[in-house]
Amino acid sequence: MKFNHKHLLGLETLTREEIELVLENAAGFKEIFTRSIKKVPTLRGKTVVNLFYENSTRTRTSFEIAAKRLSADVINFSISTSSVAKGESLLDTVHTIESLGADFIVMRHSCPGAPLLLARKCRAAVINAGDGPHEHPTQGLLDAYTIKEKKGRFEGLKVVILGDITHSRVARSNIWALTKLGAKITVAGPNTLLPKPFEKLGVRLCSNLQEAIKDADVINILRIQMERQRANLFPSIREYTLLYGLTEERLKWAKKDVLIMHPGPINRGVEISQPVADGEHSVILEQVTNGVAVRMAVLYLLSGGEENE
Amino acid sequence: MNDILIKNGRVVDPSQQIDEVRDVLISDGVIKDMGKNLKKKGAEEFDAAGMVVAPGLIDMHTHLREPGREDEETIYSGTRAAAAGGFTSICCMPNTRPVCDSRTGVKYILSRVHEVGVVNVYPVGAITVGQEGQQITEFGDLISAGAVAFSDDGHPVMNAEIMRRALEYTAMFDVPILDHCEDLNLSNIGMMHEGFIQSLLGLAGIPAAAETIQVGRDIELLEFFGGRLHICHVSARGSIHLIRRAKKRGVNVTCEATPHHLTLTDALVKETNFDTNTKVKPPLTSEEDRQELIKGLQDGTIDVIATDHAPHTDKDKDLVYIDAPFGLIGMETAIPILFTNLVHKKLITVSQLVEKMSLNPARILKIERGTLKAGVVADVAIIDPERRHTINANNFFSRSRNTPFEGEKCRGAVDTTIVGGRIVYSKGKILEEKCK
Repeated sequence: MKFNHKHLLGLETLTREEIELVLENAAGFKEIFTRSIKKVPTLRGKTVVNLFYENSTRTRTSFEIAAKRLSADVINFSISTSSVAKGESLLDTVHTIESLGADFIVMRHSCPGAPLLLARKCRAAVINAGDGPHEHPTQGLLDAYTIKEKKGRFEGLKVVILGDITHSRVARSNIWALTKLGAKITVAGPNTLLPKPFEKLGVRLCSNLQEAIKDADVINILRIQMERQRANLFPSIREYTLLYGLTEERLKWAKKDVLIMHPGPINRGVEISQPVADGEHSVILEQVTNGVAVRMAVLYLLSGGEENE
Repeated sequence: MNDILIKNGRVVDPSQQIDEVRDVLISDGVIKDMGKNLKKKGAEEFDAAGMVVAPGLIDMHTHLREPGREDEETIYSGTRAAAAGGFTSICCMPNTRPVCDSRTGVKYILSRVHEVGVVNVYPVGAITVGQEGQQITEFGDLISAGAVAFSDDGHPVMNAEIMRRALEYTAMFDVPILDHCEDLNLSNIGMMHEGFIQSLLGLAGIPAAAETIQVGRDIELLEFFGGRLHICHVSARGSIHLIRRAKKRGVNVTCEATPHHLTLTDALVKETNFDTNTKVKPPLTSEEDRQELIKGLQDGTIDVIATDHAPHTDKDKDLVYIDAPFGLIGMETAIPILFTNLVHKKLITVSQLVEKMSLNPARILKIERGTLKAGVVADVAIIDPERRHTINANNFFSRSRNTPFEGEKCRGAVDTTIVGGRIVYSKGKILEEKCK
């Protein structure tokens, strides 16, 4: 099977088979990590540009390592050091980057749809590394990969996404991937952070934590941001933690073998308590490792899925 | 000035309840006669067989951008776009730079129209100085300079007390307030209609209540304090319900809807992958809202179709969705889009369309137009209801190209536009020599 996409803009537009293909390839690449030389020549001579309009050390670094392990040349283009700060438009920046010979542009932007604009206007393959609250496809894929690795299946799994769903690209990409793969999704958090129309996607909305995580196989916890309090979406971080902070006691409401996931960076003691973050159920650091494998798979598949040479 | 004899057209004039094949004779810039087999020696004959002959269209809601943003539109280009769209009279909104909030502003527009315009332009004055929502403008002086209505379009009056005073004060002159209804606290940083599509795209939402709350507020103010209220670009079904109920109990409120709200929905934002030509205020709403708008057209709740022609340059629209300005252009696409999507689908009749695009605007603005009655200034739109063509923004007379209808296959087009007895536009061309 071939991966028939030029760009990776979101998971909404991928089929179940295509998602499974990425996960299979990721498993192959992960195997490389156990070798003493963690590098393959797949993308030798190709250039990957990380174009980040928003700060993100984790995702940028993960893409950088993924590309380097595939032997690509990597350039990091971030807002503070670029002419973007001087008022250059996104399209002018991109045309400049293209002229430098980029084969892949990995883009992070605060505006939903920005990578789609980019994909319409340039020849390079575009990978969405997060566009506002819209999508973060490689995060969705690495979360799916992690679940598959730990649980061995998706069918019938009860996955809870807990936190600020409204403003979360991670939630959206997770929902697209996991529902296609057969999991049952519950989104949980205060009403003000749960988009009501998600019910139309077959997602359950629940603002009571105990009900939400009852019998959960997986709890994916999202970072809660201070600015949402300022917008009156909840009264205070303190109250958020009182109602939705995941502690060891509350974890007992879920299944015994529940997986605790978090896309990071985590607010210890806010959305997740210290013992839960570091506890036996937590796979937070494995998610980071898997992120590299998944991103290698994505770069590989977008390049045509063949070794160059 | 030549006499013009328009032969064998389907004359649609709701002011006289006429919808039949007749000839129309224009002499000395006014409608002279209407009937069968008219003859006039020396008159220029225009064969309108198969075409609709209507009183010139009136667009109550346009932005001509002059003075201030002549890169987006000018009075020169905007009036030509109007003529190409069959509009013989247009109102221009006051959100120029500087804001049209004084006699000087109104006089400037009218002098530019006199110099370079090809259709009639009726300036709309600001409700408040600088459209800042604080101090009402000199309504009396603005009216004497030529303003026909008042609006803080784009910058809604958030203070109910000020809206109250504006309604009370303008009641003395019997001119309408053209009311852009938007609660800015609710619309906040919203980019599109709040609902299913928005929830998927992750763009900040504008809830329908941002509009309906202001519609409700201003209808209440109107009932309590008098005046004349015309609600602009209604988009939410809740607003239609409020206006319908108000009209039933005899409140003096009128309203308009735009061709884009009547034919497009929020789904387009997704279908076009966040094309910024779908970004407009009020936002494109849901299919349920759109259906209610059509019902409102049919039952008379919606009095007027106006375009809210809002030009923006490619440079400004070629940005990410959040950074692009709100607004799209509409004068040159209105008739093709409305014929294709409403008239040919039998949702409204040609007569209803002409009523809402000519007669009703003239009545609301109290201008002696919108009719083909003998003795009235000869403003005429001749429409070919069957012409098939594809919308191509490169052919627009507007300086801007920000249309969501690019590439749309249409049935129906404006053939010829006559202003004050002169043919100013015909078959794709502005006839400059005839304009002055």
